[in-house]
Amino acid sequence: MIETVNLKKCYGDLTVLKDINIKVNEGEVVVVIGPSGSGKSTFLRCLNCMEDPTAGSIIFNGVDIADMKVDINFHRQKMGMVFQHFNLFNNKTVIENIMLSPVYVETKKLKKAKRNNFFVKLKQTFGIKSDSQIIEITKTKAQIKKDARENALTLLKKIGLEDKADIYPSQLSGGQKQRVAIVRSLAMNPDVILFDEPTSALDPEMVGEVLEVMKNLAKDGMTMVVVTHEMGFAKEVASRVLFMDEGNILEQGTPQDIFQNPQSDRLKSFLAKVL
Amino acid sequence: MGNFNKKIEVFKDVFFDGGGYKTVLEGLQNTIIIAVVGLVIGVFIGTIIATIRVLPKYKTLPKVLNGLCSFYVGLFRGTPIVVQLLVFYYVLLPLLEIKMAAVTVAIYVFGMNSGAYISEIMRSGIMSVDVGQMEGGRAVGLSYGVTMRKIVIPQAVKNILPTLGNEFIALIKETSVVSFVGATDLYVAFNYIGSNSYEFMVPYLVMAMIYIVLVLLISMLIKIIERSLRKSDRDR
Ligand SMILES: Nc1ncnc2c1ncn2[C@@H]1O[C@H](COP(=O)(O)OP(=O)(O)O)[C@@H](O)[C@H]1O
Ligand SMILES: [Mg+2]
Repeated sequence: MIETVNLKKCYGDLTVLKDINIKVNEGEVVVVIGPSGSGKSTFLRCLNCMEDPTAGSIIFNGVDIADMKVDINFHRQKMGMVFQHFNLFNNKTVIENIMLSPVYVETKKLKKAKRNNFFVKLKQTFGIKSDSQIIEITKTKAQIKKDARENALTLLKKIGLEDKADIYPSQLSGGQKQRVAIVRSLAMNPDVILFDEPTSALDPEMVGEVLEVMKNLAKDGMTMVVVTHEMGFAKEVASRVLFMDEGNILEQGTPQDIFQNPQSDRLKSFLAKVL
Repeated sequence: MGNFNKKIEVFKDVFFDGGGYKTVLEGLQNTIIIAVVGLVIGVFIGTIIATIRVLPKYKTLPKVLNGLCSFYVGLFRGTPIVVQLLVFYYVLLPLLEIKMAAVTVAIYVFGMNSGAYISEIMRSGIMSVDVGQMEGGRAVGLSYGVTMRKIVIPQAVKNILPTLGNEFIALIKETSVVSFVGATDLYVAFNYIGSNSYEFMVPYLVMAMIYIVLVLLISMLIKIIERSLRKSDRDR
């Protein structure tokens, strides 16, 4: 689903990612662990080109999205991202946060179809041959909004926050914000969701509720890449664990391999500190 | 004091019976139109310039546009507005052979002038919005422009509203220079009344009071708008 080929990232003289070749398969939960500053966030942010790789390719669904010529926004619609600090839109209510992008994307498609059909018909009236076909329009703008709203409410109900639909993010607790942020990315029907330390900014009593939502996602077969310090989550949910150190993937394997049978000294000393 | 009462009588005469109120109304209307439309144009220009100036600059086009914007801002902030008004009215328009009413010219010049100031205000407003807001938008597949328009700029505007209000008040006050190109504003109106009665004390006093009331009204309006916008961050 996602494959990095010779991925390299530098900030000026500082090489943060050295040469990363990783494949994430459909349905996998890949957990990335490693010391702070080892390049985990940078790696994750390169996967959806939030940071443009310095060299190498990111193959997502068969397309190299690191290529500056591709429409990155189109591909990002299929890659959710959840941030440490939630990044909910402060000027939008909870449900608007969730509906914004789906409605925008669908409306844009609708406009494009209408424009296309107009020109096709225009050409037909004047008897000019046209390369494009009439695109069938199935939904009005009101219908798009209504569907997005229903979908958002269904998703909110799943995380038990449907009564918060019309309030602003500033009135939610950290745990609630993060669950809404997860739902916001789910509303796009993504093929994969990237998580960058989703529980690190939370009070301890709220970590559980967010991890619970993530576990349920994993159970439903969502492909996930998760940077986290929650080793319990990694042991329980990960199909594969990557250990990152100084811009390299130093070790990877099943949670069993990584936690019971670490090979390198770096990983051993890292685990000694966090476990 | 009896002297003052007499002056008030003279003023009343010219104001009501002599039709002075018509000129004052016209002046008040022009003052408000120039300031309001000027502000709207200014916000529009200012937002565009600010957006260009915060654009990531590793491509050529943003760099060139940024240079043009800096030039524009420097030009309009670096010269007195009276000079800008005079140059437009007496130099540029005749050269281009365009005929335009003085008030219209004033609206455009005030719009362009406040655009330069507002662009700086707006830029600091945009930079005061957490970068996470842009990242949140980009992560759900919205483009830079759409995220800017729907997420960042609305929050920036909210942050700068008090400053924007001050800019509007400044505009109201500065409109008193449009008489330089022959447009009627409050100053011209009261000056007219004064010249007709050879008595300037009361007219200028009333003029000052009208300006004060205008400014107070605007300040109140801004407070009301601010309060209604604050509903999205009640607990901050
Ligand atoms: N925008 C940036 N500019 C310069 N250096 C950066 C930037 N982002 C991250 N870095 C550097 O890259 C390294 C890796 O950072 P990061 O990927 O955030 O690590 P981690 O998420 O594992 O803690 C750090 O040394 C950090 O200082
Ligand atoms: Mg990090």
